[in-house]
Amino acid sequence: MALLEVNDLRTHFRTDDGIVKAVDGVNFTVEKGQTLGIVGESGCGKSVTCLTIMGLNPKRTSIISGEALFKGEDLLSMSQRRLREIRGDDIAMIFQDPMTSLNPVHKIGKQLVEAVMLHRDVTKAGARARAVDLLRAVGIPRPERRFDDYPHQFSGGMRQRVMIAMALINDPDLLIADEPTTAVDVTTQAQILRLMKQLQREFGSAIVMITHDLGVVAETADDVIVMYASKVVERATVDEIFSRPRMPYTWGLLGSLPRLDADVDRLVQIAGQPPSLLTPPNGCRFHPRCPYVMNICRTEEPRLAPVPGADGHLQRCHLDEETKQREAAKLLAATLADAS
Amino acid sequence: MATTAQTTTRAGGSGASGDELLLVEDLTKHFPVTQGIIFQKQVAAVKAVDGVSFHVERGETLGVVGESGCGKSTMARCVMRLLEPTGGRIVFDGRDITKLDRSRMRPIRREMMMIFQDPYASLNPRKRVGFIVAEALEVHKLGTAAEIKRRVQELLEVVGLNPEHYNRFPHEFSGGQRQRIGVARALAVNPKLIVCDEPVSALDVSVQAQILNLLKDLQKDFGLTYIFIAHDLNVVRHISDRVMVMYLGHAVEVATREQLYAEPKHPYTGALLSAVPIPNPALGRERKVVVLEGDVPSPVNPPSACWFHPRCPRFREGHCDVETPSLYSFGDGHTAACHYPLEGWPLTAEEMARRDGARPGSQ
Repeated sequence: MALLEVNDLRTHFRTDDGIVKAVDGVNFTVEKGQTLGIVGESGCGKSVTCLTIMGLNPKRTSIISGEALFKGEDLLSMSQRRLREIRGDDIAMIFQDPMTSLNPVHKIGKQLVEAVMLHRDVTKAGARARAVDLLRAVGIPRPERRFDDYPHQFSGGMRQRVMIAMALINDPDLLIADEPTTAVDVTTQAQILRLMKQLQREFGSAIVMITHDLGVVAETADDVIVMYASKVVERATVDEIFSRPRMPYTWGLLGSLPRLDADVDRLVQIAGQPPSLLTPPNGCRFHPRCPYVMNICRTEEPRLAPVPGADGHLQRCHLDEETKQREAAKLLAATLADAS
Repeated sequence: MATTAQTTTRAGGSGASGDELLLVEDLTKHFPVTQGIIFQKQVAAVKAVDGVSFHVERGETLGVVGESGCGKSTMARCVMRLLEPTGGRIVFDGRDITKLDRSRMRPIRREMMMIFQDPYASLNPRKRVGFIVAEALEVHKLGTAAEIKRRVQELLEVVGLNPEHYNRFPHEFSGGQRQRIGVARALAVNPKLIVCDEPVSALDVSVQAQILNLLKDLQKDFGLTYIFIAHDLNVVRHISDRVMVMYLGHAVEVATREQLYAEPKHPYTGALLSAVPIPNPALGRERKVVVLEGDVPSPVNPPSACWFHPRCPRFREGHCDVETPSLYSFGDGHTAACHYPLEGWPLTAEEMARRDGARPGSQ
């Protein structure tokens, strides 16, 4: 049994202008000890997917359907009370912005201890010892002294470490990281990614890594799903997605990336803007921006179909396999020639 | 510090071809730290920029990289005279503009424009796009109302926006389109130099590619000169001709793009380069990362001698923390301030091991 199994997840928001389908039929599974990367542009629904799994969407305006089975229990239909037990204990989340996700008027030690005491039957001293251990594990120098500091006394990278410490303090089985390194410098990013990998090895946690940085995905993920306009458009192992991408949107993402390992004079640009989710385009949602658009794309939405000959690789595109192979090879030739 | 400044100047001068648009020598900006309520006295200084020298040739792009807080934006603001430099000399287009007063500075301002990071914060939400783009033209009295309107519509078209959208407000545009408005505004007065301060950091990759392509096209069409500040080394590599790496207010390495990315000399540059995730899983797994320990030190109370020494994998006690490294030249205008520059790149496994062993317990 997979650790987390998401089936046909839909999150729709009621707004004054109509229903916004922020997540529309998303399926994926996460195995123990594995990392799943979710990539896509802003507004594609990757964060909402995870907030829905965590039960953190506003109740009044959201319409949620589907199921999210965590160890066989459906997170979407369980009681608030049971969800609170799981959240922060079995499932933890790291948010993008460490500046706003720590309480500025409480010492970080207190916030960490609170996280332990909520879920574990330990004394205050025991919780404190645990918190100090975790601060040390995430590489904060002199944790006993920093314990009584306020969030503003830490740098951005250090605050993100505190967030990671807080997320890991109860040895979660599943860690959801929403753009954990977007707000930090590359050097700090390298430190934090290394730390997350280390901790994953140690505790065997599964990680769902939401990011728009394909480099981060390449370095951390085992499996990748690409989301576009609230749907999954491609899913494969990390090697597959970078070596045999099968969906024009994924090509666009890969081609638009300036990279250290390749020299291109002009970046591929995906024309236009992501569509409004109030009135998504008919047929394939990517068709208004797709350079390979055919008539069928305008009317009929492609299924998320398996790629022949590649186990577990799913894609949502009408193009024939031959064209896809040719175009993907062309794209890779441009970037890989220089790298090898 | 005096010796550094001299070598820096010399190195900066020797690399210049004589056709530079901008020459910056020993630029320094210290922000005072004061104490006291009524009688404020200065107790320390934040050395945001400390003796930076470089030049920018006509038509080229100088990339500036570094971690947040390394002084790259402060440096740019001093060059634009938006901040008063504490010391040093700025020569723009053959004129020394370091000490010019406001009225004498005004005609020069239209020759250097800026594109800002946040397309949401840098456009006045209460003004129409037409006004935002036209403002500089009106301030400098470049044309009649009809001419200005025509020029603005032309500019909107140049940056890939619909000229009909002249009367819209910024909130009606997406992030990428707003950044295009920012570009149009910078282009309005035909500047010679455009300083781009993290122009694509707030954008999605696909939109980022659109803006980067636009900036490159405009450079080709109008012969623009850019100073391009970014913390993303991929982006800087894509757009720059030469790159300057800054650390704690110092320029630690200056080189052409090819030199810098193929054979970095300063260990800090090496660490930065190796920390960039590569969007290629096979290559990424083989690669070893030089992970720097700790954070950037405070510029109020910087470390002794080489400011990078507490985090440096090549640190040698008794040398790096005692003697300030001067800018050594590696030929073709490639300079780096380091006593023990990197010999090869990428690093061999052997050298990585040596580095790991070099700093036991480096916390």
